[in-house]
Amino acid sequence: MQEINLKALQGEIKAIAATEGNQRTRLINVVRKVQAAYGQVSDPMIDLISEALSMPRIEVEGVVSFYHFLSKRKLGRMPVFLNSSAVAEMMGLKEVAAAFEKAAGIKFGEVTPDELLSLSWTSCIGMSDQEPAALIGGLPFVRLTPEKVFSIIEGLRSGKSPQELVEKLGVGDGNNAHPLVRSMVNNHLQLSGQVLFSSFTNGAALRKAVSLTPEQVIEEVKRSRLRGRGGAGFPTGMKWDFCRKAQGGEHYVFCNADEGEPGTFTDRVLLTEKPELVFEGMTVAGYAIDAEHGILYLRQEYQYLLAYLEDVLEKRRTAGLLGKNCAGKAGFNFDIRIQMGAGAYICGEESALINSTEGRRGDPRDRPPFPVQSGYLGNPTLVNNVETLAAAARVVENGAEWYIVFGSGQSTGTKLLSVSGDCRRPGVYELPMGLPVRMILAVVGAENPQAVQVGGPSGTFIAEKDFDRKICYDDLSTGGALIVFGADRDIMSIVYNFACFFESESCGWCVPCRVGTRLLKAKLEKINQGNGTLRDLAEMEQWGKIMKSTSRCGLGQTAANPELTTLANFRSIYQHRIKEDEYLTGFDLKTAVAEACEATGRYLQDE
Amino acid sequence: MVKAKIATTSLAGCFGCHMSILDIDERILKLAELVEFDKSPINDIKRFSGQCDVGLIEGGCCNHENVEVLRAFRKRCNILVSVGECALMGGLPALRNGIPMTECLKEAYLDGPSVVDGSIPNDPELPLILDKVYPCHEVVKIDYFLPGCPPSADLIWESLVGLLTGREADLPYELIKYD
Ligand SMILES: Cc1cc2nc3c(=O)[nH]c(=O)nc-3n(C[C@H](O)[C@H](O)[C@H](O)COP(=O)(O)O)c2cc1C
Ligand code: SF4
Ligand code: SF4
Ligand code: FES
Repeated sequence: MQEINLKALQGEIKAIAATEGNQRTRLINVVRKVQAAYGQVSDPMIDLISEALSMPRIEVEGVVSFYHFLSKRKLGRMPVFLNSSAVAEMMGLKEVAAAFEKAAGIKFGEVTPDELLSLSWTSCIGMSDQEPAALIGGLPFVRLTPEKVFSIIEGLRSGKSPQELVEKLGVGDGNNAHPLVRSMVNNHLQLSGQVLFSSFTNGAALRKAVSLTPEQVIEEVKRSRLRGRGGAGFPTGMKWDFCRKAQGGEHYVFCNADEGEPGTFTDRVLLTEKPELVFEGMTVAGYAIDAEHGILYLRQEYQYLLAYLEDVLEKRRTAGLLGKNCAGKAGFNFDIRIQMGAGAYICGEESALINSTEGRRGDPRDRPPFPVQSGYLGNPTLVNNVETLAAAARVVENGAEWYIVFGSGQSTGTKLLSVSGDCRRPGVYELPMGLPVRMILAVVGAENPQAVQVGGPSGTFIAEKDFDRKICYDDLSTGGALIVFGADRDIMSIVYNFACFFESESCGWCVPCRVGTRLLKAKLEKINQGNGTLRDLAEMEQWGKIMKSTSRCGLGQTAANPELTTLANFRSIYQHRIKEDEYLTGFDLKTAVAEACEATGRYLQDE
Repeated sequence: MVKAKIATTSLAGCFGCHMSILDIDERILKLAELVEFDKSPINDIKRFSGQCDVGLIEGGCCNHENVEVLRAFRKRCNILVSVGECALMGGLPALRNGIPMTECLKEAYLDGPSVVDGSIPNDPELPLILDKVYPCHEVVKIDYFLPGCPPSADLIWESLVGLLTGREADLPYELIKYD
């Protein structure tokens, strides 16, 4: 970097830092703005940011290196992030990736000489029902084909903006066509139930809430037996109660819209079609736990919804549903801000999400203390999933009795499922809790599938024999994802895709997860290369158990599930690929010395 | 009683593990009652005299000669034991694994600040370097692993006696704890 540039840059970065009040807790916002302005956060920029925010350089660098969409190396002005999810692979990812390389004239990981384009990989971007999908210049481009790729790249080269290209390709259904969204994404809302996607009058739940005491609100949620929709299934009313009673400073409500589990896209559709309901749920929660601040943590992949969501918030302020004396309740002040993520699956883990919002790497924290005791900036913090909060609003509005009718047993209410893969009608379904998989498969038009993945990579692979199991907390629990695999899909390559996902998304903090994810991936490679033995299968199971029992957070604890559940339910696909030998290493001396032969001009004497 | 035959070797290691074997002190006399040393740097026997019962391997594989020696050990020893971090995981030598081999050679022999008229060593006597340092079990089957850098003499002793006499080794937590 030139001397003169550096001076100018210093001024510019100072100005960017100032827009965030020079607060180190807003570091994510600062680095995101720098990334957007310069296409990179380079070493000199890291120096300047650390100076402007008076924080250690290494912390800034740690953050920049952590998130997918931040890069020390310069990306193109129109960066392309193609997602490598398993469903994308099923829907023609390979051809689309090749088309990008051909059209741009560069490989993945490179930038064009004119710095217009860069090609990068990223994890699932929440578009599994319309794969292959990529973020280009920040906007989602879905249902890509090689032809579309060529025309998009040509359009960008001729100076068109990504938005203009989206308009040309055609905007999607519902609010995707809203003037503030204008996205080519489709909702694919296939089935609306009576809780989440039925009609809702703004303010109805909140007015009901403020007519009750906070304790009564919590009691109602408890009686509804609503449980967290984000995966862990913790009873929502109990969590609210813990948080309300927690001693400490101000209380916070977080809405977790990180939605990084591949195959999950329910939050995307809820936030597109029912953002009022979600914000209303946050506000009701705020009333219940006595909080003044709500934060929606939105994954960067969904930035295309940001302007629209900000507008919804503004309208709610105008309508008196946010701000001072919300819904006319004297003394109840509550407002919501949106915190953008920067690309990291682990940030969906609640303590990592809080760290990220505080301007740190998205590493999970040790628990206890739990967020309800000590969360955001050390304060009692309630973290709930998007769908949980939306459902809670309806519970408070209509009462627990109304709610528990939908669903069964301990799993009350409806559940949103995001269905993708080999079926005729992929998309979002609002269904009563407790339905058997087989019935859902019929509804979504899945003919004769060989396997269903319930809950995304961290969930369970099931085979036909288990299709009568039910989607609910007592049986097959899911954050929403349901991926269908047809008869001729290669399960091993899907498992390998998931293994790569976990390896790249592990935050690296603890050994069982950081090392285990890599070892499992290496084992799959060994098996795929024809060097696997029974012993390798046994070791995978052994290591998987160690990862489950010794990893620090849910990511590592579930990262071996693709291998463990397929070894249990699809053992024959492994058995077909392994050899009889007691031990095979896959080590090949010729390959191992090839580089040395090249460097020295010698060759290996025959053994 | 026929004495068990034991062979040892140091591949890409520092000989620290062999020093630790010698650290069993006077117990070496007892060991001599139990075993007969075959090929080993301890007695400087260079060739296997026949089939051995136990082979102890120090160090991982960083060049093709290491691989050949290790394969010979696998052939000649009924039970093969990886001894120490280097054999188990590659150890210190494996620090180069993150850097492409050609880059390593260039830095060491061509571009390094102290290099004058450098050239990449190329004597036919020198073994060919592998693309990375491999732990032993990635090259041949290893039956047992003794962790540590080096594993303590007590750990080696206990395990070896257990192996040779067929009784379960007594390995208290202190012996296998490394922090
Ligand atoms: C690796 C990982 C990723 C997660 N991702 C999400 C997510 O994207 N959205 C979510 O609501 N919960 C996610 N969770 C669960 C959260 O930690 C937390 O349990 C949840 O947000 C609580 O809300 P709920 O009780 O309403 O479900 C994730 C957990 C782990 C371990
Ligand atoms: S389990 Fe994985 S993601 Fe969780 S803290 Fe450990 S390394 Fe990080
Ligand atoms: S494990 Fe330690 S003592 Fe043994 S060879 Fe390696 S560096 Fe030396
Ligand atoms: S230093 Fe802790 S695992 Fe290596």
